[in-house]
Amino acid sequence: MNPAMTSNVNSPLNRRAVVARILQKRGDALLVASLGNATYDAAAVADDARNFYVWGAMGGACMVALGLALAQPSRRVLAFAGDGEMMMGIGSFATIAVTRPANLKIIVIDNEHYGETGMQPAHSGRGVDLAGIARASGFPLAYTIRTAAELEQHADALCMQDGLECAVVKVAATPEATSLPPRDGAYLRSRFRDAVLGAGRGGH
Amino acid sequence: MADEWVTAVYENLKAAGISQVAYVPDAGHGQLIKLCEADPAIHAVSLTTEEEGVAMLGGAWLGGAKGVLLLQSSGVGNCINMLALIQECRMPFLAIVTMRGEWGEFNPWQCPMGQSTDAALKGAGVYVQRADTADEAPETVRAAAMMAFNANRAVAVIISQKIIGIKNFSK
Repeated sequence: MNPAMTSNVNSPLNRRAVVARILQKRGDALLVASLGNATYDAAAVADDARNFYVWGAMGGACMVALGLALAQPSRRVLAFAGDGEMMMGIGSFATIAVTRPANLKIIVIDNEHYGETGMQPAHSGRGVDLAGIARASGFPLAYTIRTAAELEQHADALCMQDGLECAVVKVAATPEATSLPPRDGAYLRSRFRDAVLGAGRGGH
Repeated sequence: MADEWVTAVYENLKAAGISQVAYVPDAGHGQLIKLCEADPAIHAVSLTTEEEGVAMLGGAWLGGAKGVLLLQSSGVGNCINMLALIQECRMPFLAIVTMRGEWGEFNPWQCPMGQSTDAALKGAGVYVQRADTADEAPETVRAAAMMAFNANRAVAVIISQKIIGIKNFSK
């Protein structure tokens, strides 16, 4: 198959605007972002001590979010993952669905390409249906967003309603202005824990 | 009934404040997994691959919870790049690794990872502490948990195949 035939470079949705829209009603939600665009976009919208950026450990962002969601059952946890990240950790769909935490939302920002390595085409643009895999894994709610109207329909609920949910948002494979948040891991974890657990809890 | 040493390991994990247990099903950890699954104060999470547990326990600690990863030596190799999260963020990390491929092994496919388990863990920045007898396993786990969560270090306890016993393939 010619990848160009299924490419979503003409998607009407801009990835950074999508992240901004979803975070409009963030409230006290915690955020985990995978490496690459998910981290850059979350930071560009609003860097926040309650954001944890997983700059490496590819495939692990959603599982970081699961451990966090189980540890903080009264807080909502938003995991922003790229589509390549989600493919590398595809088994975590099954583990998360079986565990079924009510306070976890998986949001896949899907540009159907590997943005960090030179925009090579990715599986999600070649027929692999990420939301379908989440549904088949047992997610009670999993769907694909392709239009601004569909984004409006779901964006507020992602931050305000209980229930395990996976939203795959198809976005244009276009570059955004560089936005590099802090990347020192020890700093990021201390900053996050201080904000979430209380001042002075950064390390212990 | 679980073996006495397994019950003691479980009690030491409880005393350390462990509330999340991530595991890939394993015969050597079978009794401990059952104890954790039956404990309402523990989130026992079955994984598709061990590296999921590394990431999950990193997230647990970000949220103020302590966890342990239960795995077999063959799963250590699956964890290597995910351990970058633990090392770079200097997060506490506790794992208990049951050994295959080091003592009376029947299945040759267990030998490569069994023989490189120690080096792989150390290469990924994990402190390795061995228990060669059932008697020393509970205290080794207790000390490892203390070092992990008090000193913010990654620590793996290796449970020798001598303790687990040689798997009987003719059963």
